Amino acid sequence: MYTETQIVERPAVIDPFEGDGENLVINIGPQHPATHGVLHLVVTLNGETIKKVEPHLGYIHRSIEKMCESLSYRQFIYVTSRMDYLSAHINNHACAMTVEKGMQIEVPARAQYIRVIMDELTRIASHELWWGAMAMDLGAFTPFFYAFRERETINDIMEQTCGARLTMNYMVPGGVMADLHPTFQQKVKDFITLFKSNIDEYDELVTGNIIFQSRTKGVGYLSKEDAISYGCTGPVGRGSGVSCDIRKIYPYEVYNQVQFDEMLETGGDSFSRYQVRVKELRESIKIIEQLIDNVPAGDYLAKTKAVLKLPKGEFYTRVETARGELGVYIVSEGGTTPYRIKFRSPGFSNLSALDHMVRGSKIGDLMATMGTLDLVIPDIDR
Amino acid sequence: MMTNEEIKAFISGIQPSATYDETGEWLNIHVDASQWKSLANLLRNAPFNFDYLFSLTCIDWKTHMTMVYHLSSTLHRHTIVLKAKVDRADAQIESVSDIWKTAEFHEREVYDLFGVRFSNHPDMRRLILTDDFEGYPLRKDFDDPVNMIKL
Repeated sequence: MYTETQIVERPAVIDPFEGDGENLVINIGPQHPATHGVLHLVVTLNGETIKKVEPHLGYIHRSIEKMCESLSYRQFIYVTSRMDYLSAHINNHACAMTVEKGMQIEVPARAQYIRVIMDELTRIASHELWWGAMAMDLGAFTPFFYAFRERETINDIMEQTCGARLTMNYMVPGGVMADLHPTFQQKVKDFITLFKSNIDEYDELVTGNIIFQSRTKGVGYLSKEDAISYGCTGPVGRGSGVSCDIRKIYPYEVYNQVQFDEMLETGGDSFSRYQVRVKELRESIKIIEQLIDNVPAGDYLAKTKAVLKLPKGEFYTRVETARGELGVYIVSEGGTTPYRIKFRSPGFSNLSALDHMVRGSKIGDLMATMGTLDLVIPDIDR
Repeated sequence: MMTNEEIKAFISGIQPSATYDETGEWLNIHVDASQWKSLANLLRNAPFNFDYLFSLTCIDWKTHMTMVYHLSSTLHRHTIVLKAKVDRADAQIESVSDIWKTAEFHEREVYDLFGVRFSNHPDMRRLILTDDFEGYPLRKDFDDPVNMIKL
């Protein structure tokens, strides 16, 4: 029934990189709860100290870029919801904007307002999930339920208007697919009231927590120069003091008509990145409050041709997703499908800095660093 | 912020063979692949400060391939697009991963999916596919009889 385990003398693990016999190579993932998806990290350790982290991608690579080459300009937007599934609206938005730029479609004002409100709701929902999961990575389970309490409300609002909770496919070239649900505005306002009373709990629960602070302060340091060099954008870049908010630098839709601040922290550590995201929650609420009562009446979808054809040329659009700068690069040969499409995903560039950030730190800090990078693997693998 | 004319004048001084295309949103510069690295070094530093490489990709034109680099400056906020033609049969270009560190990852992705080899890259291996995979999926003539990619 029970046999005593025999201790077997094992040969020292041979390090494939340096071969001095002192190092231990471990695999984290692809099926590991702390990687929030299917990221495969090959970590070389010396004792508890990280010597090298090598991300191995491809576990869920679907070759979306190749697929898009045979999809029409109306169809390819649906695939992009599956990239960064927490910013599905914003991905759709970027693609719709690229097609509009190419065809010079004027988007009705009502659609522009709806798009920005939806983008910001998405950003809140995404940051909520990150906040809960990040605390869970560091051993606190309760915040996850707090975060999902509010996130569910957003998902319900989305479901009413878009018909889906995660992969909305709501933004189409020319505007949005359907008009707002009659109770949308009231529900969003109710959510804002609820959220404002709840967000202080976040700070009480996690931000001020001494254990949380000691796990994240000074951990995973990324200097400003390195953040730019590694192409880190979004809260990762802003946590290192890089002003990189596309909504501010290259405003699109109605972002130049609303008042909001770009959140910058100069610490460059995990705690700074955490603070940027939590502050962005409040900024997103500010944007929604300014727009929700002022959605102009009119069309929500511009009249477009049944078959969209982009003129020959190259079109690039940059938007700010919850994770950073998303670029959509379409090379068109004048046909109904893109000749080449490239998605510059924020997660891919942010991940490239991971090795640099954690070298020399302890393995426990790897999770604290990865948590604040807010990696979504389908976004990296595409 | 520097104007396109200033950038053009600077690049023409170094590479007289460079051609320009201003029909798009940003200034497109076609440069010679063999001189790309030395030009990249100059663009990275003052007075241009193109310190942010936000996109690095490749396009397969069936007869040749084009490497596309989107560069921006966080200081001056100007953006340019650099393009270099590479041969399809022997695709090779100098790596810029020591100038912009993000290029290390992006170049591995391009190598994996297009088969462009980057000389002097510190870790030139496939990033997404397995090491024994044959072919380069994003090339136009790639066809996989088993896994349907093209839809």
